[in-house]
Order: sequence, then C-alpha cells, then structure tokens
Amino acid sequence: MEGYLYYPGCTLKTKASDYEESAMAVMEALGKPLVEMDDWYCCGAVQSLTTDDLMHQLAPIRTMCCAQEQGEKELVTLCDMCYNVLKQANERVRENPDDLETMNEFQDEDPDYLAEVEIYHLFQILQDMKDDIKKKIVNPLSSLRVTPYYGCMLLRPEKAAIDDTEDPSVMEELLELTGAEVIDNPKRTECCGSYHTVNRSDIVEKRVKEIVGRAVEDGADVIVLSCPLCQFNLEYHQRTTEFEVPVLYLTELLALAFGISVGMKKHKIDPIKKFKEKDILE
Amino acid sequence: MAEEEDKKMIEIYVMGRRYKVPEGLTIMTALEYAGYKYVRSCGCRGGFCGACSTVFRKEGDYKLMMDLACQTAAEDGMFLVQLPFVPAVRAEFEIDELNIEENDNVMLEHYPEIARCVSCNTCTKSCPQDIKVMDYVQASLRGDIDRAAKLSFDCIQCGLCSIRCPADIKHYHLAQLARRIKGRYIDPKSSELEKMVQELKEGKYDEELEKLCDMSEEELKKVYDERKFQKEG
Repeated sequence: MEGYLYYPGCTLKTKASDYEESAMAVMEALGKPLVEMDDWYCCGAVQSLTTDDLMHQLAPIRTMCCAQEQGEKELVTLCDMCYNVLKQANERVRENPDDLETMNEFQDEDPDYLAEVEIYHLFQILQDMKDDIKKKIVNPLSSLRVTPYYGCMLLRPEKAAIDDTEDPSVMEELLELTGAEVIDNPKRTECCGSYHTVNRSDIVEKRVKEIVGRAVEDGADVIVLSCPLCQFNLEYHQRTTEFEVPVLYLTELLALAFGISVGMKKHKIDPIKKFKEKDILE
Repeated sequence: MAEEEDKKMIEIYVMGRRYKVPEGLTIMTALEYAGYKYVRSCGCRGGFCGACSTVFRKEGDYKLMMDLACQTAAEDGMFLVQLPFVPAVRAEFEIDELNIEENDNVMLEHYPEIARCVSCNTCTKSCPQDIKVMDYVQASLRGDIDRAAKLSFDCIQCGLCSIRCPADIKHYHLAQLARRIKGRYIDPKSSELEKMVQELKEGKYDEELEKLCDMSEEELKKVYDERKFQKEG
C-alpha cells in the first residue's frame, strides 16, 4: 500500500475532526497518505483491566482482524486512547494465545485473527520522516513558543509506550522541525484527569490548572498534544481559570508550517487569534 | 389421513411439550398443526412484517438461534417458543428540531447506550434479514448517519437483535432514527414530487382517475400490465 492503513476511532469522526483533517493533510503532503480501513469498530476507549472479561477485548481484536483481512501488517492510529487500547489488546493476545483462541472461536463468523498486525501511533511514523517533514516547512513558526503534553496513553504502561516513559522526546523533536521555540514542560507526562470530566470535574479542573498554569508560567503560547480527551479537558476546563491557552493537535501545527489551511474549527479557545497575534496567520 | 401417514413425521418441543408434526412445515405452521392458534406473533406470513420472531435450540447444539417462524422450516428435535413482543423503548424526538449540523452526534444523544457496544456481533448473528446490525450501531456511534441508514434499510423491526445484546442497545429503534434523519436531512429533495403534488392539487389527474374508477376489473388489469414507469432522475 502507498501510505498507511489508518484506524480513525469514533472521536476523530466527531469532536476531534480537526485532528483527522490535519493529519490526513500532513501525511498526504508527505506522500504517505492515511487510508481509512474498509471496516472498523469502536475500540472501547478504555482498556479493560479485568483479566477474565474477554468480551471487552473483542472490539480491538475484531478491528485488527479487519486490517489483517485487508492484507496489511501495519495499522496506524491517531487517537491516544485508541492507540493504547489496540496496542494493549494486541500484546495481550500475543502473550496469552488461549485468550486469542477463545475469542476466535466466539467470532466464528469471521476469519481467525493471527496477531500479526502491528499497531503504530502516528508520531512513530512521523519520527522516521523527519527529513521529509523538514523539506515541507514553508511557513516556519519561529515566533511561536510551544510546549508538548504527552498525558498518559502514549507512555503507559511500558509495553504500550511509544517513547521513554519518564523522559519522552518524540514531540519535542517533531516540534523543533516547525521552527517554533520548544519549551520544556515538567508536567508533560502528568494525567489531565481523563474521564473524571464526566462526573468529577473538580479533579480535572485541579489538574488543568496545574498543567496549563505551568505552561503559562514558562511562557508558552500554545500547548501541543494528540489525545482528543486531553485536548478537550485542557481547553474546556480553562474556563474555571484565568488562562486562555489554545491546545492544538501536533498535526494542526505541522499543517500550519506546511502552509496548509486545515483543521482549527472546533476549538473551545480560538487558536487563530493567537496565530494572528504572532504574525503566523494574516 | 392416508396422505399424512405417508409423510415423514418429526418431533418438536413447544414450550417444553413434545409434538409430532409432518416434516416440511414452517415453524409457524408446525405450531398450528400442533394445535396452537396465534393471537400475536403472526402477521403477513411472507417474511416482511417482522411479527413472528422465534427463538429456538436444536438437539445437540448449544447455541440459541433465532429467526422468523414463517420463514424457517421446523426440524426434528427443535425446542421452540414464539415471542409475542420485544420490549424496547423508543427515544422521543421532533424530526424537524434535530440540529444535525451543529450536533456532533445526534444518534448518541438519543441512544447513549450505543457507546456500550463491545463489538460482539451477537446482534448481526441474530438478524433474520442478514443485516450488518453491529456495523450500523458502530456507524451511529461515529456519527455516520447515512451509513447507518443504508446498512439498516432492510430492517423489519422484529427486535431479535435487541433481546440478545449484552449492552442493552435498542438497535431497531436506533436504525429507524437514522433512516428518518436521512430522509429528512440527507437525501436530496425530489423536485418531481413537488411538481406532482402541485399537479394533483390543480386537478390535472381527476379525469384520468374517474376513468379508472369506471373500469371493469379486466380493463384495470390490462391497464396495469401495460403501465409505464416514471423515468429515473
């Protein structure tokens, strides 16, 4: 396949469409387009930690089986939650062939999943394309101070980590290519509060105040990440603070540096205003 | 009786009671042969209305199966029961007030339990119409209403999907919402329809209609057979 087989996940089709649009545009520009799978299923969003509950492993296994049936060995995800769930489910059945057999028997209407598909997060793909990315930068973001935020799902647990769990650098390396000034962020691997946003927003508000507060203190103009839930939490819950820092998907910044006008439509804090202030957009 | 003696008889169990019935009957007619009279669970007898949902097991097979009683042959050793009704509450909505442009996912808002889908595919396996039920639930979950409506087009609302779901989803009501939204907001409006309604109002076809009303049955059949279809597009 020219490019990569791509698993979107539900949020990328609704609330996080900015991320999908910008990632598609960036990969198209890099000559490695993301090709959406013919059939795919909601990953379940949260990795089930119950050992005897195979029912909750069915969805990710079924999706990876679809990739296998499309004849692909690599499957790329954008959403951190989807990445983490698919990756962990894949590792689990590799370590526990009995679980895989049980699920294959239950899914007797479909071919057996052979556990040979590899799950990647887009950042792992981009990491290997730095030279190509550098060549595509036409609008360097040199006036912008950016700080990366990894959250949990790209780094934990260790078997699902795309980088060093304690001292990751993939986002910093990619951000430096855009010409922006990258600001170190000691809070970058802390949890945003995740699903507590549903019924314990006080927890999320506290986390957001600390994470965004630190970014502001260090002079960041924008926070950059790739998880739609972190994105929602970090932007939405700033309403309880005095801050107004746009939180962008890394691919939105890349697209901007590539001179592609895409994404940035569904933000709770308008990033376009910030880019105009910084003379990045007219 | 001589004729029936020639036929091979099979044994079926209806709500636990054993009956001998001739081979080759549908489940529906086998139950009638055994003496049951339908006051519910029976409609068109042609596989279209979805009223005769039935669940059964076969001897030597651990699986619970389901189908339409009017479309499925009774087999030796079947354990049978008819379902009079599948309870499933329909979400209320005003079709003209659904703001599908502004709302990221109107399907999820009306049926939030679809987020509980674990992709077990039991709904698809239970569908007598061979609809990809799980796939339309998944399409709804990601806000792809057009796909949900297309995939569910052949649904006859028998409800079998919704009695097997471990996530308690009301599939067939969800699918109906998708099709209503598609009809109201997604499909192109037919200019022919508006033109036709206008012409009807103006009485353009009154004379033709009266002619039809005065025809004999034979003449009507001839006209019907020779009718021309409206051009597509």
